[in-house]
Amino acid sequence: MIQIYKPNRANLNTSLSIGLPIIALAFIDFFGNTFLNTNLTRFLPNSLSYFFPLIAGAVGLYFIRIEYSGIRILDNFNKNVNSTTFNAVLTLLIIFIFFKYTPPLLNWLIFDADFVGSTKEDCTSDGACWVFVKVWFKRFMYGMYPNPEQWRINTAFFILFALIGAAFFVPPKFKKYIILFMLFIYPIIGIKLISGGIFGLKWIETGAWGGLSLTLIVSAFALILCFPIGMFLALGRRSELPVIKYSSIGFIEIWRGVPLITVLFMSAVMFPMFLPDGTYMDKLMRVIIAITLFEAAYMAEVIRGGLQALPRGQYDAAKSLGMGYWRLHLLVILPQALKLVIPGIANTFLALVKDTPLIFVVGLLELAGMIGLAKTNPKWLGMAIEGYVFAGLVFWVICYAMSRYSQRLEKRLSTER
Amino acid sequence: MNLKKYKIDFKNKKRLIPQVLTISFIIFVIAYFSYNAQINMGNRGISFGYGFLSQEASFDITFSMIDYDGSYSYGRAFLVGLLNTLLVSIIGIILCTVLGVTIGIGRLSQNYLIAKAAEWYVEIFRNIPLLLQIFFWYYGALRLLPLPENAINFNDISYLTIKGWYVPKFIWTNFSIFLLSVVVSIFAIFYVFNYAKKQREEIGKHVPAGFISLGIIIIIPMITFLVGGVSLNFQYPELNQLSDTVYNFKGGVSIIPELISLALALSMYTATFVAENVRAGIEGVGKGQKEAAASIGLTRGQILKLVVMPQALRIIIPPTTNQYLNLTKNSSLAAAIAYPDIVLVFAGTALMQTGRAIEIISITMGTYLFLSLTISVLMNSYNKKMAIKEK
Repeated sequence: MIQIYKPNRANLNTSLSIGLPIIALAFIDFFGNTFLNTNLTRFLPNSLSYFFPLIAGAVGLYFIRIEYSGIRILDNFNKNVNSTTFNAVLTLLIIFIFFKYTPPLLNWLIFDADFVGSTKEDCTSDGACWVFVKVWFKRFMYGMYPNPEQWRINTAFFILFALIGAAFFVPPKFKKYIILFMLFIYPIIGIKLISGGIFGLKWIETGAWGGLSLTLIVSAFALILCFPIGMFLALGRRSELPVIKYSSIGFIEIWRGVPLITVLFMSAVMFPMFLPDGTYMDKLMRVIIAITLFEAAYMAEVIRGGLQALPRGQYDAAKSLGMGYWRLHLLVILPQALKLVIPGIANTFLALVKDTPLIFVVGLLELAGMIGLAKTNPKWLGMAIEGYVFAGLVFWVICYAMSRYSQRLEKRLSTER
Repeated sequence: MNLKKYKIDFKNKKRLIPQVLTISFIIFVIAYFSYNAQINMGNRGISFGYGFLSQEASFDITFSMIDYDGSYSYGRAFLVGLLNTLLVSIIGIILCTVLGVTIGIGRLSQNYLIAKAAEWYVEIFRNIPLLLQIFFWYYGALRLLPLPENAINFNDISYLTIKGWYVPKFIWTNFSIFLLSVVVSIFAIFYVFNYAKKQREEIGKHVPAGFISLGIIIIIPMITFLVGGVSLNFQYPELNQLSDTVYNFKGGVSIIPELISLALALSMYTATFVAENVRAGIEGVGKGQKEAAASIGLTRGQILKLVVMPQALRIIIPPTTNQYLNLTKNSSLAAAIAYPDIVLVFAGTALMQTGRAIEIISITMGTYLFLSLTISVLMNSYNKKMAIKEK
């Protein structure tokens, strides 16, 4: 039987001097193919030439796979990306795919893209046409909200961010008041500022709202409103009173069993039938109510998780102090349970933000909807990819930041316990 | 159930009053809504009822798995929509499982690059709204495909074009015999697995059940081809010139771009959640379990198959079923790109034509609710069966 050459510490130098040049050859061939349009291995049969970098790379990596070589870099390298032949092939594949597809992607996104101009004709290169996003930017952010009034949306969001910032930096004593102000008083101020109709502000109907600001408005209101409902439902589901228990279960399971889009359809076409003849409810309001009820069911399940995680002793101790149902829950149980489920609440909010584009079914156009509108504009046909990449990027940044934050929170809370 | 606990105690006012209030509130809301609905429908001259389901639908559906045209009833249109929803859900579930398991295992890989790549896949696709992903595939990526005359050709068997993916059509003779043989072989495989388990547990003998069942599933259906009179022909799609510049494909089955983009987006999005479940499941198996298994001399493959996977699956399956349910519910986003699923066909077109909002929305929601509740009931019983029996 032929003794297969086994690289080990004894033949370290031989192995390295065989292995490294083969790897180098593989990469030279690969880069030649990708960037210089020259196939160094064109003398080989077609498919073999195509796979040459992969095969040569795998062989080369086999030679440098030396256990306990004594060279720190090599040991780390082998441990992390070159532990078996299978791993070596996967490593090579990832590296090759990365170098093959990243440059064209970056070219399309940035280097070949058009940034200057104001019409589609200004996009002359092969890359993305970011002029489209630039021209429509205000629409993507504010929808059909009239241009001279947009400062109102900006102000509302600026106040919101200032409040959030303040809540982080003020001493804990005032933090409570800021949060209460933010939850109960600010929403009214914000909505009045945006909708107008008082203090000489021009009335702007909700049909004109749109873009990213609408996404945030809908998510924020739905979150604030669904929280108390979810809390009651969670308590109801754990109630000892059968009627309350089963109606809560029924409510939660019905909303959780249907897709949001049907709920929105319901709010659009079925709900008006349930209102007294002649009454009209604002479309945005109906949507927010629908999303609120829908998310409340999910919120209830999250909060129930927190309630179930609390040890029984908490209930017993509070009862032994003579507390009634409400005092027991408000003062002892809920503060602890809610703290436990903050990450879950953050996840629900994340899902809520990701669900808001669905409001297109009732004709409200938030960011994704505005892009759908812009891409059908005769002057801007064929801009779908740019638009959706932009929207995807915006949503991704928001959602990724939030999920990171909730993960950090989760970690912090789990160490506190 | 302990009925005594739920008996309504008329003497205890503290228990009685909230319940009476709840019931009266619910009754009041329902009564108020139905009173208004009655008046509203009376004003519009429509009466409540599900009789319209048997009326002629007189609208076409672009994609149907059963015979359908405008002369069929609304009930039939509902069925077409339901089947389309189930089709895209099943495709999505299969794809997202394959992708999700691969990526979940990838995240635990010792290979740094693989683990990072898998992590970034999850972070990217989980944090972009599903609707945007569907739009991206449908309005963006798939619109870059060539026209029929320049189709991407897979060995003259199937063609990928901007109008869809054309694949050969299967033309069976005696399909029922073939189907029967498949069912028989599945039963045979069940028997083999049970037998293998018995042998292993009783006399410790190892039966290669996997190989035997692979043989069964190949050989038994093959026999029907040889002696059962079953045959399979393919009808290949062919390029067809309609006019000077317009071409299309004839024959074969056309998988419409709506279905492709929906299935792609649903599976790629849901795969991130499946991957996280798989990772959590495998990580959730105690390190001691693996070490104990290794110490009694099991090989790596045996450890994974006999010790890690059975325990990991117990953690993985419940949340993953939940994700499958979510995928099915999310398939309703089809309405956004006009894939004729139940929401678009029924809650969209049929509703527009008949104006019967209450009936149609209730049927649509009821269908989804029925699907969800059935699966959750099945899952709960499965979980009870699988739960570790603590003494």
